[in-house]
Amino acid sequence: MKKKNVVKILAALGMAVCMAGGLVGCGGSGQETSTQSTQQAVKQENEAARAENGGQETAAGKESAEEASEGSADLSGTVTMAGSTSMEKFANALAESFMAKYPGVTVTAEFTGSSAGIESVLAGSVDIGNSSRSLKDEEKSAGAVENIVAIDGIAVITDPANTVTSLTTEQLKGIYTGEVKNWSDVGGADGAIVVVGREAGSGTRDAFEELLEIEDQCAYANELDSTGAVMAKVAATPGAIGYVSLDVLDDTVQTISLDDVEPTEENIKAGSYLLSRPFVMATNGEVAAQSEAVQEMFAYLKSEEGQELIQTVGLIIPD
Amino acid sequence: MRQTYANVTHKMKRKSVCAVETAAQMIFTVCAFFAVIAVASITLYMIASGVPALWKVGVREILFSTVWRPTAEEPSFGILYIILTSIVGTASAILLGVPIALLTAVFLAEVAPRRLAAVVKPAVELLAGIPSVIYGLLGIMILNPLMYKWEQAIFRGSETHQFTGGANLLSAVIVLAIMILPTVINISESSLRALPPQLKASSLALGASHVQTIFRVLIPAAKPGIVTAIVLGVGRAIGEAMAISLVSGSSVNLPLPFSSVRFLTTAIVSEMGYASGTHRQVLFTIGLVLFAFIMIVNVLLSAVLKKGESGHE
Repeated sequence: MKKKNVVKILAALGMAVCMAGGLVGCGGSGQETSTQSTQQAVKQENEAARAENGGQETAAGKESAEEASEGSADLSGTVTMAGSTSMEKFANALAESFMAKYPGVTVTAEFTGSSAGIESVLAGSVDIGNSSRSLKDEEKSAGAVENIVAIDGIAVITDPANTVTSLTTEQLKGIYTGEVKNWSDVGGADGAIVVVGREAGSGTRDAFEELLEIEDQCAYANELDSTGAVMAKVAATPGAIGYVSLDVLDDTVQTISLDDVEPTEENIKAGSYLLSRPFVMATNGEVAAQSEAVQEMFAYLKSEEGQELIQTVGLIIPD
Repeated sequence: MRQTYANVTHKMKRKSVCAVETAAQMIFTVCAFFAVIAVASITLYMIASGVPALWKVGVREILFSTVWRPTAEEPSFGILYIILTSIVGTASAILLGVPIALLTAVFLAEVAPRRLAAVVKPAVELLAGIPSVIYGLLGIMILNPLMYKWEQAIFRGSETHQFTGGANLLSAVIVLAIMILPTVINISESSLRALPPQLKASSLALGASHVQTIFRVLIPAAKPGIVTAIVLGVGRAIGEAMAISLVSGSSVNLPLPFSSVRFLTTAIVSEMGYASGTHRQVLFTIGLVLFAFIMIVNVLLSAVLKKGESGHE
């Protein structure tokens, strides 16, 4: 009797393991194939559209901004967003305040990653693809339009007890490429450097490595898959160094000045701080071609309220 | 005329009964095949989505190269270190966890006074119910700082060692070893309890001590069940992702005790969100490799089960 039970349990467990193993993979492939076919379909259409994009985009923005001032409080519809986890705070704040202003509009935001977001917008499953990096050429040619709505700074952080408060760009490169292994080599107390970073494909990592020109040369001791994990790890590990979006900074970590430039809004706007990146809300085709609700959202971002919102979540308004 | 009519209705009745029977039979069959269809379609799906990258990148480049740079200008998708990590990590977890689990099972089945067993048994069962993310969190809070202290002591002044802050293979192995305990304990214990009481009685009657009886008679007799428990433990350890992704550091390195490492499971979990193009396809290939490993473990399991049954009769 017992034996039989055991066999049953085993069978169930075995099945569960199989299913789990299979399910892990299920997420993306379907999406990808649909994206590819959409890409092909959209491609021709957009090659023509792209040429005129530059001019039309700003014009569209202005137009819808004017419409907004007429007060379309009876606006209804849905706006769906998907994309960068780095933009979570911003996207949620935007969704909340936009829905407060237009009760008839439902805004949903998912956080699947920059590339996945752009894939979704190209596949037509969402209206806006959030990306915390500039769009790649292949994405643009597939029809994605790059609407930069804000600028984010990347801050280099250490644990709060670290005596090093400033690094040169060269020192930072040295640390991340594994040439510098001890804090005493960069003017700190004797102690090993624990290099913390993000996983391959992360927008923050792409931006960080690209801005420092150390793409794919980094020797990470920890590759964590979220901003929060990096904050927690660096805060808890003596000798750790990491990088995160400027807007998530808090007292649990210490920020590092780069070439004596502090990671502040003023410095990023002035262009003197090296590590900054755009927040893109990509649309499939230009903004003017989107639904009324989506157009209204872009207009809202350009309005005074929208700009205030961008600032309150720690981002910088693009000029 | 009337008779024919009655005859027809009778036939119709029989026909409808027949229809119900057939329908029911079909439903049973469909239900029975549901699991089979699920396994078959998952297998097909994994092969269909995992194989393209193997062709595109090359089997050797993926399975036998050690450089994992999926987003580089000239990307490299070598997962040898990742495969090795999964093998070494799982094997070490088994080596660490199984002796503890086996002795606990002996304790529960043979040694423990009833009252104590009444406390230990539910505790073990509770251990099985704890979500894996909790193991991971505890690993971060307790294990990693401890490991970091050891790391600093062992590698003091080392020029070549990359300090990981305690997120290393050893932490992952310890977490995995704890996670497989309930599985191995429960199944070993029930196989010990299922032994015919004459075995123990005759051994004791021949003058063997209790401990001798346990190690010379009971454990060898319960071997098929214990082997099953171990194989299931392997299955659990190799498929675990959440807990170890939190404590292992997730850098691709040779699996050394104090190196930050990445397992097959964590490789998929950590990069799926942002991956695109070939990178994404290779993640499916990693899934396929993991799937193959788990299938091997399962085949092994059924082989062991069959052997156990034939040995028993």
